[in-house]
Amino acid sequence: MIRMRNITKTFHMGETEVHALRGLDLDIGDGEFVAIMGPSGSGKSTLMNILGCLDIPTSGEYLLGGEDVSSLTDDEQARIRNRRIGFVFQQFNLLPRTPALKQVALPLMYAGYDRTDRMDRAAEALKRVGLGDRMHHKPDELSGGQQQRVAIARAIATAPTIILADEPTGALDTVTGDEILDIFQELHAQGNTVIVITHDPDVAARTNRTIWIRDGLVVEHRSPDNGSMSS
Amino acid sequence: MNMRESLLSAIDSLRANKLRAVLTMLGVIIGVTAVIALLSIGNGVRSSINSEISAIGTNLIMISTNTRNSDGYATLSLSDVGALSDPLRAPDVEQIAASVQTSAAVTAGSNSARPSIMGVTANYFMINNLDEFEAGDGLTQTDIDTRARVAVLGLGLAGDLFPDSYPVGQVVKIAGTSYEVVGVLTASGGGFSNTDDSLYVPISTAQNRLSNSRTRSGERAVSSIIATSASAERNTAALEQIAEVLRQEHHIVYADDDDFSLISQTDLLDTFNQITGMLTAFLGAIAGISLVVGGIGIMNIMLVSVTERTREIGIRKAVGALRRDILTQFLIESIVLSLTGGLIGIFLGWLISWGAGNLIGLSAPLDVMTVLMAVGFAVGVGIVFGLYPAWRAAGLRPIEALRYE
Repeated sequence: MIRMRNITKTFHMGETEVHALRGLDLDIGDGEFVAIMGPSGSGKSTLMNILGCLDIPTSGEYLLGGEDVSSLTDDEQARIRNRRIGFVFQQFNLLPRTPALKQVALPLMYAGYDRTDRMDRAAEALKRVGLGDRMHHKPDELSGGQQQRVAIARAIATAPTIILADEPTGALDTVTGDEILDIFQELHAQGNTVIVITHDPDVAARTNRTIWIRDGLVVEHRSPDNGSMSS
Repeated sequence: MNMRESLLSAIDSLRANKLRAVLTMLGVIIGVTAVIALLSIGNGVRSSINSEISAIGTNLIMISTNTRNSDGYATLSLSDVGALSDPLRAPDVEQIAASVQTSAAVTAGSNSARPSIMGVTANYFMINNLDEFEAGDGLTQTDIDTRARVAVLGLGLAGDLFPDSYPVGQVVKIAGTSYEVVGVLTASGGGFSNTDDSLYVPISTAQNRLSNSRTRSGERAVSSIIATSASAERNTAALEQIAEVLRQEHHIVYADDDDFSLISQTDLLDTFNQITGMLTAFLGAIAGISLVVGGIGIMNIMLVSVTERTREIGIRKAVGALRRDILTQFLIESIVLSLTGGLIGIFLGWLISWGAGNLIGLSAPLDVMTVLMAVGFAVGVGIVFGLYPAWRAAGLRPIEALRYE
């Protein structure tokens, strides 16, 4: 479960201060499938970095699964990312020249699993995204959709609390993008918490709830099932 | 992240850039090669000369006239030899031999030569490690006591004088007088004097018939006295005793300087070792500089590599790599670079010192210490020059690293 209270993030650009987040509150329950939308400059990326423990807020409280993660050191953040968060990026962000199985095993290696264990788990994750037959292919031998599946397998390998996807279909054609969203839907159906950051309404429409961000604040929650809005 | 994984990933990433890895290693290869080759050849030269000196005996002490304090006279005589033979006065002197050196025309039939002629005591051959004979035997005490007209020839001289016949039992004429050849020495291994072309006669015969040299007091002079100490450890004591006895014998007062000089083989060896040791260390240090240059090359390439792989570092951090993981990965990469270069360098250095050793005819063995030192140095270079790039990599922030194009 994610619970954010009064989160602010201020960047210093020379003399000027940029307030990317201005006291944002956010709750996402376990097993939710959520889209976060907003125009560029809205603080969407900053929110994603803080949600993913890639960055810490300037002030405010962030509880992830009941644990306060709002002020951690680099290495503590790394541990949280490793165990609790799975990332899927627009540009896939796979290691060059590395076969799929080793890509997926990477977070397991940093988590301290022994070799056979992590290969087993990595293979299992690749089967879940439908790449059981591409385990030893390197990124340049895979299509964009397949690369993104490898990235998803990597994200779910350590059985994280949340899967955080940043424009996961942004670099893919519509058909492939839909397939990727199908996988997310499936993961959601299996009980995972999935958060997709996007600017594409079609992507957001596939989720159960859309959170709008503007000027560093949550401005709107919309659930497609009942069409209700709140602010 | 365990060591094995770090090692494999380091080898992977170096293999991905083979040419660059080899060029980077070249600095270390050249440095280690130079260090190994120079140290091995230096040690080879030293040990070869050492063994030559040691073959003569490390407990030898040579006593000769100090020409600066002798007014042109020889200062040593057989009475000095007698005094030094007294175990009460010089207890640490074990053996003592004397020689008179002169030169004269020597003929045998129609063959002639002008060798260096040594009048020697009977034990001279043994003390100087010359007691192996190609033919016949050395001089006996009876020869000395009776001023016998007998001679021992060096192998080269024997060949000159008796090219076609067995020399022992034949007669040579030295300064017009006949001597019977009783022995021929085996080929000598070099040493200080060229024994191959020398001729040896009893010291008494030489003093009477071949040399007119006398001391200031009119005694028949000897050119040099050779003493051995009981052991190398007793050398210093023996040297002191010899000096004391000779000063008494020569009636040298406290204020005056010695009229003789003492050189011990160990002094000679020490001096020689000091010089060659310094030379080797000096050359090694120069070669070591190229190792440092090689290390800078590694640092340069590792910094480039960190920049190139910023995105990879970002990915690794995003999925949970700790600072320590990234630091280890890059450090191991630079150690693998420098260690591989070091091992290649050891091999090349060994090859060069082996080749050079063969060329100049000495064994330049690769000793374990040199190899360990070179390996240690190579790894050290990898650590020292890899630390900064690795630290830079470890300190990258994942957000910025992921955004890096």
